[in-house]
Parts: sequence; C-alpha cells; structure tokens
Amino acid sequence: MKDFNFAFLDEGSKRAIRRALLKAVAIPGYQVPFGSRELPIGRGWGTGGIQVTLAIIGDGDVLKVMDQGSDDSVNAISIRNFVMACTGVRTTTDSEAATLIQSRHRIPEIPMRNDQILVLQVPLPEPLRMTEELESVTKKMHAEMDYAIMWLALYENIVRVGEIELGADYPVMVEGRYIMAPSPIPRFDNPKLHMSETLCLFGAGREKKIYALPPYTDVRSLCFEDHPFRVEDMSGRVCHLCGARDVYMDEFFDSASGDRLFQCSDSGYCEKRRRAASHE
Amino acid sequence: MNEPFALSLEGLVVRHGDACARCTRNPDSFQRNRCPDCGSIWAARDISLRVREGEILGIVGESGSGKSTLMRALYLDTETVSGSYYLKSYRGGEEDVFKVNPRKRKHIRDHLLGMVYQNPHSGLRMPYSSSANVAEKLIAAGNRSVASMMGRTNSLLTHIEIPINRVKEPPRNFSGGMQQRVQIAKAVANNPPILLLDEVSTGLDLSVQARVLDLIKRVQREFGVTMIIVSHDLAVVRLLADRTVVMLDGRIVEQGVTDQIMEDPQHVYTQTLVNSLL
Amino acid sequence: MGYVAVKGGREAVEASIMLLEKYRTDGDCDVELEAIERRMSLLVDRVMSEAGFYAPRYAALALKQSQGAADEAVFLLRAYRSTLSRAYRSLPLDGAGMVINRRISAAFKDIPGGQFLGATYDYTHRLLNFGLAQETPLEIASIREKWKACQTQAEPGPPIFAGRVSQELKDEGLIAMEERDDEPNDITQRPITFPAPRSSRLQTLARADTGFISALAYAGIRGFGPTHPTVGELRTGALEVLIPHPLLEGETLCAGEILVTEVESIFPEETAETKRQEEDDPLLALGAGQGDKADVSGNSLGLGIGYGMVLGRNDNKAIAMSILDYFLESGEGILSNQEFVLLHGDCLEMNGFVSHLKLPHYVTFQSKLDRVRGARRDGCNEGL
Repeated sequence: MKDFNFAFLDEGSKRAIRRALLKAVAIPGYQVPFGSRELPIGRGWGTGGIQVTLAIIGDGDVLKVMDQGSDDSVNAISIRNFVMACTGVRTTTDSEAATLIQSRHRIPEIPMRNDQILVLQVPLPEPLRMTEELESVTKKMHAEMDYAIMWLALYENIVRVGEIELGADYPVMVEGRYIMAPSPIPRFDNPKLHMSETLCLFGAGREKKIYALPPYTDVRSLCFEDHPFRVEDMSGRVCHLCGARDVYMDEFFDSASGDRLFQCSDSGYCEKRRRAASHE
Repeated sequence: MNEPFALSLEGLVVRHGDACARCTRNPDSFQRNRCPDCGSIWAARDISLRVREGEILGIVGESGSGKSTLMRALYLDTETVSGSYYLKSYRGGEEDVFKVNPRKRKHIRDHLLGMVYQNPHSGLRMPYSSSANVAEKLIAAGNRSVASMMGRTNSLLTHIEIPINRVKEPPRNFSGGMQQRVQIAKAVANNPPILLLDEVSTGLDLSVQARVLDLIKRVQREFGVTMIIVSHDLAVVRLLADRTVVMLDGRIVEQGVTDQIMEDPQHVYTQTLVNSLL
Repeated sequence: MGYVAVKGGREAVEASIMLLEKYRTDGDCDVELEAIERRMSLLVDRVMSEAGFYAPRYAALALKQSQGAADEAVFLLRAYRSTLSRAYRSLPLDGAGMVINRRISAAFKDIPGGQFLGATYDYTHRLLNFGLAQETPLEIASIREKWKACQTQAEPGPPIFAGRVSQELKDEGLIAMEERDDEPNDITQRPITFPAPRSSRLQTLARADTGFISALAYAGIRGFGPTHPTVGELRTGALEVLIPHPLLEGETLCAGEILVTEVESIFPEETAETKRQEEDDPLLALGAGQGDKADVSGNSLGLGIGYGMVLGRNDNKAIAMSILDYFLESGEGILSNQEFVLLHGDCLEMNGFVSHLKLPHYVTFQSKLDRVRGARRDGCNEGL
C-alpha cells in the first residue's frame, strides 16, 4: 500500500471528515452530513466507521476491530488488514489494550475508559426512518423536536402485540434533545452509552452522516413510564467456553450433538477470561 | 367590541403562485381570484373574522371560494402573505400566532386547535390502530403512560360509538362515517378550546351524515368547544351554526346570524345559494 | 471445510482470494489493457460513466482485475479516486461546443448543421456473427482497407460543430428560457440535500447505474410519468475540459478532452401561467369551466426540456437521464419524488447495501429473537 497516503484518504478528505466530527461532538446526537468518500471496502460494509477511523488514527494508536463482537469475523479481519496496511499501526484483540476500537453492532463487555475512543459502524443513521421515508421530512422533525410519531410507533407495538418489537438499534434520546440510532447494537449495550466515559463516534458511509456522543452524555432508551425499557434476557445462559454469565451471548447448535449452546459474543473478552483462568 | 372572543383573524391574505407586478400592486384589478397575467391564485383576500367562545361559526361557499384555504390558515398549516391571528387560549390573545416559531406553532396545533378534515386520510394514519391514532395527540401533549393513554383512547372511542373490540383495528378497515368519528375523537383528545371541521359530512350517505352531525352537536355541548364548520352544503350549516359567513372568490361577501342569512340574504350570490336550498 | 463467517474466516478468505485469482488467470490468453480499452470501449465508457471518473486506461485495468464485472470495476475506480486530491475545478462545459461524431434528432428531419448517424448498433440485425470466432489478421486488415477507401472518397472535412436544435425553439418562444447561474453543488464533496438543486440532480443521474435509470425512465414513459418525450437531439463528441490558468489570471488551460453523449428531450407542457404550486389545492378544481376569459387564454401549451449528459458513448443512459431530469422537475407521482429517484441508483451504494446482507447478523438476530420469544412467553398479546 505504499502507493497510497497514510490512512489511504488524501489529507484534504481527512480534514473534511474531522471537521464533521468536531461539529458532531459539539451537538451530541445530531446527524452531521459529510462528503463520504468511496473506499476499497463495500458501501454498507462499514465504510462510515472506517472513514472516521482513518480520519483520526495516528502512528501511536493501537487498534481493535470487532464485528458483532468477534475479532475473527471475516469483515473484521478485512477492515483490520486494510487499516493496518495503509497506516502500519499496531492492532490488538484486547479491548483494554486498544486506544481506538472500531466495532460493528457491539460495545465491548469491559467498560471502556476516557482515554479510548469507540467508533461504531452505522447502516441506517436515521431513527425516524421507520416512521417516515423522506429525509427532508425527518430532518425537519429533528429540528422541531417533533417526535410524537416515534413514540406512537412504540405505543402501537404495545397495543398490537403487547411488546415493543424493536430488537437491536433501539432508539435513544440524547441529552433530552435528539432521538438517535445507537447503531444496531443489542439493547443489552444501550445502557453502556449513558454517561459513558468514552467518546463514541458513529459513521454512516452510504448515508453520508456522522454523529457523536461526547463523554458523560445523557443517553436514555425510549420507553413509557409503565412499560420500562428491557434489555435482552440473558439469564441462565453460561458461556460454554469461559463460564461467563450476564454478558451478551451468541446462541448456536452443536453440529455433532444438536445441543443448544451459548458463547460470549465478545470474543476478546472470552479469550481474556480463558487466558486468566489457565494462568491460575 | 369587547365581548370575549375565542379567536380573531384580521386581514388574512393567502396566495398560491409567485405573483407578478400587476397582482401584487393591485390584487383587485381582476374579476375573480386568479391573476390573468401570471396565473397566481389569491385564495384569501383580506379576510377578517371573530368567533365568540362556545359559538359555532359556519362558513359556506362554492369549491374554490377559499374556504379550505381559510381553514388551513386557521390551523397554521399554510403560508400567509399578510394578516394576524389571535387565540384567547394562547397568551390571552396578546400575541399574533402567525408569527410564532415552529415549536410554538406545533404546541398550538397539538393543544389549542383540533382539526377534522374532509378526507380522513389527511387526518388519520391509516395503517395505525384507531387507538394509536387518538393516542398520537396525547403523546404530543407529553403523556408517557401506556395505561393512561389506553384508558383515555378507549373511553373516547366508545364515546363516539366505536365498539371496544374494534379499537385495535386501523381506520382503513372502517366505513367513511366511522373514520370521520375516529377523526373527531382524535381532534378532541386533548380538549382543545377550538375545533375546526372541514366538510366533515361531505360524501357520506344521508343517514351516516346525520349521525356525524349529531355527534358534532353532542361534542359541542359536552366539551363546550368553539367550532368553525366549513361546508358547501347550506343545510349542514343551517343545522349547526349560530352564525354564518358566506365566501366567494377568496372574500367574505356576507355574514350574520344564520337564521337571518337564511331568511333575508343580501348578496346576490347568497340569494342564489339560499334559493337552491329551497 | 464449510464456510463459517465468524470463526476460522481468515483462512477461508485467503483461499477465496486465491481462487478468484485463479479464475482471473484461467486459460493461456492474457487480456491486454489495450484490447479492453480499444475493443470493449462501450463497456469502458459505461464503467467510467458510473464511476464518475474519466480514465479509459484505468477503467480497462479495473475491468481486467474484476473479470469484467462492471460494478466491481466501478468500485475499484471510485476507491482509487478517493486517494487523489482535487487540484482544480474546471470551468462549466458547454455541450454545444463539442466536436461532433454523432448527432441525430427524432423531432425534425432537417436540422441546422445536419444529422450524422455516427457509430450505432441501432440499424444492425443482431445476428450472432460466427465469423468473429476465428477472426484472422487478414480480415481485420480488409476492414481497415475499406474504411481507408471511404475516407479518401469523401474529403475529411473540418471538425463538425453545431448549435443545438432546442435553440431554434427557444428563439421562437416555445421553450421558456431558464437562466440559472448558481454555483453547482458537487455531491461528492457536500452530500445531496432535499429539495435538491438541479446541479445535484444532474450529477447524481450522470453517475447513476445505467440499468437503474433506464428502468425508471422506462416506467415513466410507459405510464408512471406524466408525458411522453421526443428526443430533440442526441449528440456524441469530444469536449475540451478547461481549467483556470493557475498563474495567469483570466487565462484558461486545456486539461484534456473527454468523450460525452448529450441529449435534450422535448416534452409538451402547459405554460408557466397555468402551473399551480400546490397540486392538491382545491382551487385546482377552478378549471376553464367556471373561469372567465383570462383563464382560457392562460391555458396554452409550450415545450419543456429534459437534459442528459453522460461520459462516453451511451445513448440510452443519456436519454434516460434527460427523461428523469424532466420528471423530477415537473412530473407527478413516484418519479418526481427526488429522494426515491436520486438515493437509490448509485452503483456502489445499491450493490454495497444489498451485498452486506451476506455479513453475519448474529447479534442483531439474537436481539430480535429475544423479542419474539419474550412476546410469546408473556402471552401479553392477549389484549389491552
């Protein structure tokens, strides 16, 4: 990759993205449009997150890339290899050792620190899209804080099936001002965003939006007084590899025995626990 | 004139189109409301109205006379060229509500005004349940309790005679008359002091129409709400309205107590209308 | 070994790439870039047009690398483009100034400056030519001889320039003149916003996937759009790209030439006087029936123009673009919905998002599963 600039993009593009990031940090939860660049990786495959990473990464960074919790997923490998090839930075699978974590659809189980940055890949940045298809309309709804329709959608869910149907990407209210899509993290991870010590940056490449949660931002999942927000029920699930409980689990079927098994979705966390156990 | 008014509109002008030098300078220089030079439509030309608290005001006129434009302006739903608009329920009628910012405008529309459209598609979200349609207004007013909203919507919907076992159904499953009743329930959900009704019974069968009109009278009695009712049908206005305004080409050509207008119409156009009724 | 998307994926990906390379180099014949660029020039043109990147040799390289997959080649060019800094901004180009090698009008038999058919498959019979399977150097030489012969018969004239057909109609007052000199927006720098200015609309259409905009335009003229157009003029030719001289103020420099196809489609329309801003306004009911004389005189007809320009030779994309340009401006229904038409035709975006569905969705699916199981367990869908 020596034919290309450090971190692939030309310096002008990186500066433009950093300017969008600064604006996003200044207005938590507000979607900042930016001139999204094309990357060697597919649109819809994490190009928003990668552009954010490329714009802020420096020589001294230690990078972790995870996809649905896993460091070994093919797309995580592909993104990690790409950033490594065009920057030469060190990488890790240990979330505590990383300075910069790019993730698709998970937040690490071990709470992140103030000296780390979390970059989340976002497929659909507009939380209101499920109720309104036009961008020009949703933009105005945000401006006027006209969110009745969003609450109505949740209310309608409860009326019809007795339960809010939204799985992952469960919308949050940021600082009592903007409704924001947390990216398709499970609801299990939503509470980790509230008053987080870590700067969280969200990049949507195909949709050309960047948004951010600066450290210590008030982030609440939408809910009704008599219908509280509920995370996925992980009770009774034990990781068959490391014995962890109360973390987000992948569910799978043992191909030999057909048994239902559980395994930590955060592979770096699981690996670390197993290493610690074998040292004891 | 110091009697308590619920609503006061002064000098409303609404135009569709970009306007040209001629019609901007002298919008009265052409006969009807369309500028022959640029095609701009002057849909409301200097309309002033006052409605007393608890009164039902009827507005009649042919299609294109500016009735619906006037209603949209009253619901803060259209751009105006000039005019001012005061609501007693908003800061005691001290502030021109045409000039408030979008968030205040939304507050006024959610709390102080109820609107029932001729076409139920304009007022209802057809794919959502009837219960949710009514609850939308409660949500907009800040209610975040599912139980309390379900209680209120059920009581409103049964009040307007939607069977309890059908409140979860979307209005698109309903007949036209039922849809209009759901619209009315939605419009009164937050007890707005003013209700605007635009041709609500037009296109319904006569028996269904009678039921809707009956409901409107009942709502007015029970909620003591001030109403403005637009109709091209003089019979509807005669049945409901205390006072009546007659519109033609974007202007008010005659107004007065309904009975008086029916018995002794002054303007030639009103006379034609009244004659056609007999 | 089965394909496991999460675990053990590294080896699978490496093996997959190796297999790709093997397929790409199958057989004993190299694909020369020169051959792709010169003999598959229509494919090269399409790739450049959808990439929004005029570079025939790079497009040929991308096609070689992608085994001829046009969308992959567009992808490669776009990604490469991201690494280049923007040195200059060209001056506006005027299609009327192109050196023409093809120019036709479906509106008039005779047009000032003349019609030139140029190279087109339109009037060939699409019979598979088995002779090409074993084309000999001798046969190629004879084609060249024939071409040379007809070159000498007719004196090669000076380069052909011609004004546009539409100019005549504008002079006649049938087409409303619309002069807009706003600085064009560049959607690759500042994302498109809605309502989109015309510059953003045209740029988006010019870069759109050929199949996508052809299908939309087809739907429009088949009945989902308001009217049926006539191709006023289609022209293909070379245009000089001029940039402001970096040192001498007021001077320009030629940065190179690009081959483009330009189309103006003509649509009959009611004149501006009778257009209303609000389509659903009840006042629209105020037709000529109850109006006065002024109403009737305002209801005359005029002509509207839709504009298309695409990189390279690509008649259909340029025509489709001109149709959509017009529908977006003045149409009704789905094809005047800017967000629908303009947000879904980018080759990279549509293929990227469709293909991302192949990525694992274990976490999100688990979250959904939790909701479904929860709703069933609680049995709380019983009632209110």
